[in-house]
Amino acid sequence: MRPPRITDTTLRDGSHAFRHQFTREQVRAVVAALDQAGVPVIEVTHGDGLAGSSLQYGFSRVPDLDLVEEAASTARRARIAILLIPGIGTRHELREAVRRGATVARIATQCTEADISEQHFGLAKELGMEAVGLLMMAHMIPPERLAEQALLMESYGADCVYVTDSAGAMLPWQAAAAVRALKEALRIQVGFHAHNNLGVAIGNCLAALEAGADQLDGSLRGCGAGAGNAATEVLAAVLDKAGLNPGLDVFQLMDAAEFVLAPMMPFQPMPDRDAVTIGYAGTYSTFLLHARRIGERLGIDPREILVELGRRKAVAGQEDWILDVALDLLRQKQAAVAS
Amino acid sequence: MSRNGRVKVAILGSGNIGTDLMYKILKDPGPMELVLVAGIDPQSEGLARARALGLRTSVDGIQAVLEDPDIRIVFDATSAKAHVRHAKLLREAGKVAVDLTPAAVGPAVVPPVNLGEHLDVPNVNLITCGGQATIPLVHAVNRVSPVRYAEIVSTVASRSAGPGTRQNIDEFTSTTARGLEVIGGAAMGKAIIILNPAEPPIIMRNTIYCIPEDDDADRDRIRESVERMVAEVQRYVPGYRLKNGPHFDRRETPWGERTVVAMLLEIEGAGDYLPTYAGNLDIMTAAARRVGELIAQHMLTGAVA
Repeated sequence: MRPPRITDTTLRDGSHAFRHQFTREQVRAVVAALDQAGVPVIEVTHGDGLAGSSLQYGFSRVPDLDLVEEAASTARRARIAILLIPGIGTRHELREAVRRGATVARIATQCTEADISEQHFGLAKELGMEAVGLLMMAHMIPPERLAEQALLMESYGADCVYVTDSAGAMLPWQAAAAVRALKEALRIQVGFHAHNNLGVAIGNCLAALEAGADQLDGSLRGCGAGAGNAATEVLAAVLDKAGLNPGLDVFQLMDAAEFVLAPMMPFQPMPDRDAVTIGYAGTYSTFLLHARRIGERLGIDPREILVELGRRKAVAGQEDWILDVALDLLRQKQAAVAS
Repeated sequence: MSRNGRVKVAILGSGNIGTDLMYKILKDPGPMELVLVAGIDPQSEGLARARALGLRTSVDGIQAVLEDPDIRIVFDATSAKAHVRHAKLLREAGKVAVDLTPAAVGPAVVPPVNLGEHLDVPNVNLITCGGQATIPLVHAVNRVSPVRYAEIVSTVASRSAGPGTRQNIDEFTSTTARGLEVIGGAAMGKAIIILNPAEPPIIMRNTIYCIPEDDDADRDRIRESVERMVAEVQRYVPGYRLKNGPHFDRRETPWGERTVVAMLLEIEGAGDYLPTYAGNLDIMTAAARRVGELIAQHMLTGAVA
């Protein structure tokens, strides 16, 4: 096993937990702490990627391109990554992100739809960026089909493709099998992005590493959608103990999590009732807060909404179905009461 | 005009879209008479079906269309690139082009919203499936209370998204967003598209969010306007259904806490040739047929006058 490259996504996946309300000051503080601790890549974008600011996903307090610029001007060594989800963001915002200082493009699609990302990979490479593909909701298809989709991204110019467990629904051996399938099929690097909905984010990262993963994602305090991600500071400690520390300062990352991020966090994501439901039902982690808000508004248990979304096979980005499901459930309940 | 008092029309492109459109026009021709289906692939299933139905066909693409001076309206279901070439030739030949490709040579039209303004132009474009689906409802809210911001999310079954859509997904979002503004009337528009791979395939879904300028806009009038518009679209897309809403909510927005109107649409295709889940394709061919019908009617009444 080789030390993996770590990308910290506190300022992107964590944007969900912050309801996309990051301020410039918060971004500067987090980037400075991560940069000092030796994190090589820091992702900064609205949780749903460039142009994610919307009624569907929640409006950003500060335009994400301004935050990218803030991050790029703060980091001394670390490179700034952005997330782009085709269908939401476009090449237009990608060009602008490069102008603001981003050098790594992370391009994410639902795991079966890699072929909508060709034009975005093309532009990222044309602009001289490192291009990383993310196959979201990777638990929904078997490893060999995932590898086929990863091959498409490789053919478009990706430098690495991530097995992205957006639902936090994978168990360690499933994470390993998916990573192994990609390692066997691809010539480029393979990464793993974890969510902790079933409490196995760090375990999944280790299983992925053992299966050959070259890159892993983390976020301080695990701050991310659903129950959050693999905590960067925990990953650092674990990798160090395993003799695989890629150059991270373990104590500095612990301090960054405890003294920089924790005081600004609106809440600590964890595998609570609703988050476990997401991992268990296999739905998109970002549905968590939306389902809670709408559930509260309409008097419906968020767990019922989340389970039904899993049954309907909602995929990445389908936040609008939360309202649809909730209104359907409300009507059913009213009909039951009436009869 | 043909002797039976109908306007002769042709379909250019014998793929899935052209073939579905053929069945729709044959099923309900209105003032149109479909006289030709032209493709370029002799093996095409669409052309075989057209021949079996007794229609004249050609494998010479636009050539056969240009050679028939009686053809007045041409539906182009080829590709954006081909349409740019076709548009010029059709215009020179004095034929009206109804463009189902993303070429956007002529003005974008949504039948119940703005077609009336464009009945005399040589080329009209049908925007995108998401635009055809959602712009009517943005307009329905906008005619009650001006819309500050409209946002739509179109979710289509993976199987119904062809290579053209997949390789040009940015064009879907930008073209649809512009349509929400220019035709729907919103001051600002935003569009999102999602491909859902579930099996069996999901029926096309659209969610429309509108923020009215007037926070206290009359909700009953909005409901009534939306209901009326849904009925109008149903005249040419029978599977166009408002599944939930208008649902009124209060949300944090860049313009402060505002009233948001959410409408959740489902579009089931008629299954004329395309599968019923592909409401996204059905609304394009159904809108094209409707546009052809209204332009043909206009030609006929114009001829009388």
